[in-house]
Amino acid sequence: MVDLSVKIGALQLKNPVMTASGTFGYGREYEDFIDINELGGIVVKGTTREAKQGNDYPRMAETAMGMLNAVGLQNVGVDSFIKDIYPGLTKYQTNVLVNVSGSTIEDYIETASKINELEAIPGIELNISCPNVKEGGMAFGVSCQSAEAVTLAVRKVYKKHLMVKLSPNVTDIVEIAKAVEGSGADSVSLINTLLGMAIDSHSRRAVLSTVTGGLSGPAVKPIALRMVWQVAKGVKIPVIGMGGISSAEDAIEFLLAGANAVQIGTANFVDPAVTIKVIEGIKRYLNLHKIESVGELVGALSVEK
Amino acid sequence: MKHIHNFTISSNERQNEEFVVLTLNCEAGELPAMVPGQFAEVRVPNEPAAYLRRPLSIHDVDYQKRQIKLLVQEVGKGTRALCALPVGSIVNLVYPLGKGYSLPESKEVLLIGGGCGVAPLLFLGRYLKSHSIKPRFLIGTRTASSLVSIDAYRELGEVMITTEDGTAGTKGYVIHHPVMRTETPDFKQIYTCGPEPMMRILAKYANKYNISCQVSLENHMACGIGACLCCVTKTQDGHKCVCTEGPVFDSKYLQW
Ligand SMILES: Cc1cc2nc3c(=O)[nH]c(=O)nc-3n(C[C@H](O)[C@H](O)[C@H](O)COP(=O)(O)OP(=O)(O)OC[C@H]3O[C@@H](n4cnc5c(N)ncnc54)[C@H](O)[C@@H]3O)c2cc1C
Ligand SMILES: Cc1cc2nc3c(=O)[nH]c(=O)nc-3n(C[C@H](O)[C@H](O)[C@H](O)COP(=O)(O)O)c2cc1C
Ligand code: FES
Repeated sequence: MVDLSVKIGALQLKNPVMTASGTFGYGREYEDFIDINELGGIVVKGTTREAKQGNDYPRMAETAMGMLNAVGLQNVGVDSFIKDIYPGLTKYQTNVLVNVSGSTIEDYIETASKINELEAIPGIELNISCPNVKEGGMAFGVSCQSAEAVTLAVRKVYKKHLMVKLSPNVTDIVEIAKAVEGSGADSVSLINTLLGMAIDSHSRRAVLSTVTGGLSGPAVKPIALRMVWQVAKGVKIPVIGMGGISSAEDAIEFLLAGANAVQIGTANFVDPAVTIKVIEGIKRYLNLHKIESVGELVGALSVEK
Repeated sequence: MKHIHNFTISSNERQNEEFVVLTLNCEAGELPAMVPGQFAEVRVPNEPAAYLRRPLSIHDVDYQKRQIKLLVQEVGKGTRALCALPVGSIVNLVYPLGKGYSLPESKEVLLIGGGCGVAPLLFLGRYLKSHSIKPRFLIGTRTASSLVSIDAYRELGEVMITTEDGTAGTKGYVIHHPVMRTETPDFKQIYTCGPEPMMRILAKYANKYNISCQVSLENHMACGIGACLCCVTKTQDGHKCVCTEGPVFDSKYLQW
């Protein structure tokens, strides 16, 4: 028997495969296809202090091996999340993390402290990297100072696992990772979507209502892999890698680059059962290569000539 | 319950320049129960440029033969690749998705389709008939040669036609057909699917004559299962996902 379990700070994961926020709803959307309890964890939809209607349609554009989205954090707001959605999440025998977003530091504090009270939620993923809302989100994630400020503030009120999700839309992602590490983050996850756009040449109009949106899917994988590798070398806290993962091989590449666990996002849309296939594939890989524990793969990339 | 199943293409019948009817056999066994208006998210094989699945309505179902039919209009890379699939090809479907049409309060119904919007109406006609409701169809296309499956509709009920160029039926759009132009319409329920401008006009018409109108939307989708929130439409209750709350909506519920 190979050992697939990993530890991310205080979080115990039965395997390194989680789902990425905004691509997996609240888990229930996938219950017909997979057993959610077999996953290492799920990160539910970005949640804000007040309910948000999100951006106007169209919010999606398919691109070469990927997609742009401009959902704009449509969600029911933290109070309705706690009242209407949280009770349904308590049945899962896996780590359920809530992705927390906001426009001001007060927003983040308010939402995080409410979620701190939820027994069945062992951690939050602080989203300081959403490119799809005008007045914030990503703004916090693109400078060391603001990333530090928001992490410090949330750290004061949030007592469980604090994962901070980094934006790739920066000059030096390692600097930001170090800044949030120094401000009390327990782990970092990366990457959020890359800012992009799509134009319809026939109508001469932007495809998305917001003109720009966030790119995800296999198209972003090489960039994500590079950033995970750089960040893993730069910080001591655990790193959760994502961006275009669609197969066990993809996931293993992220582990080799230094990720302690991975998240799968857009690939769930193409194959709603992909997460389970990735877990099975990692198991097969370990057996084939006679590796006892998945932890041995983490950062095992060889760059020697 | 939703499923992920492989199907084998058992026939690929080209109707005309634009449309193909694909018959798919379920490899996994029994088909789940489906309601007209529901759709499948179809993975396009051999076409890396079509990364996401393509939503296509259930055109017809034969539970005994474990067959479903899809009516595909070639509009781009994904639909073109699907229409080119030879018999024997395997396609993967996530289905049945969304909320379909619901049974009418009155038996006087009119099913109105335009373009690829005729796709769900064949299954709907069959469904209504099995509930002792006689379907009547009004089908609008650009020109006579774009009409598809007309004989299959005729087996179920009366078929009225409009074409933009007048090569078949009444010249003009569906709204120009005599059945729509009387001050005392002889139907109490409209079921429609097709281009949005057509459905908006029908929704207005339905309001004016106090007729109930169920429309089926074709918003662009990524997941088809309510997870991505990409496919929303504005309703009386704010943004709602077309893939889970629809694709069929009561026209009065939409903010049109
Ligand atoms: C619930 C639902 C049911 C549908 N049922 C059918 C059906 O039974 N038969 C059928 O032929 N089509 C149906 N459609 C439309 C079909 O999904 C699109 O035509 C298809 O996804 C286009 O893919 P493509 O790769 O060929 O086009 P692309 O190459 O991706 O794009 C080509 C053109 O098609 C447009 N397009 C892309 N996606 C859609 C879309 N979802 N709806 C409308 N236009 C689109 C693009 O804007 C572009 O102008 C349905 C759509 C929905 C949402
Ligand atoms: C439709 C959609 C919605 C998303 N919503 C969120 C969100 O609410 N919060 C967040 O932190 N990231 C969100 N993301 C980003 C993903 O969680 C992930 O970081 C990104 O898509 C890269 O991974 P992938 O290529 O596997 O999808 C969203 C992505 C998509 C495609
Ligand atoms: S297509 Fe993803 S929510 Fe409707």
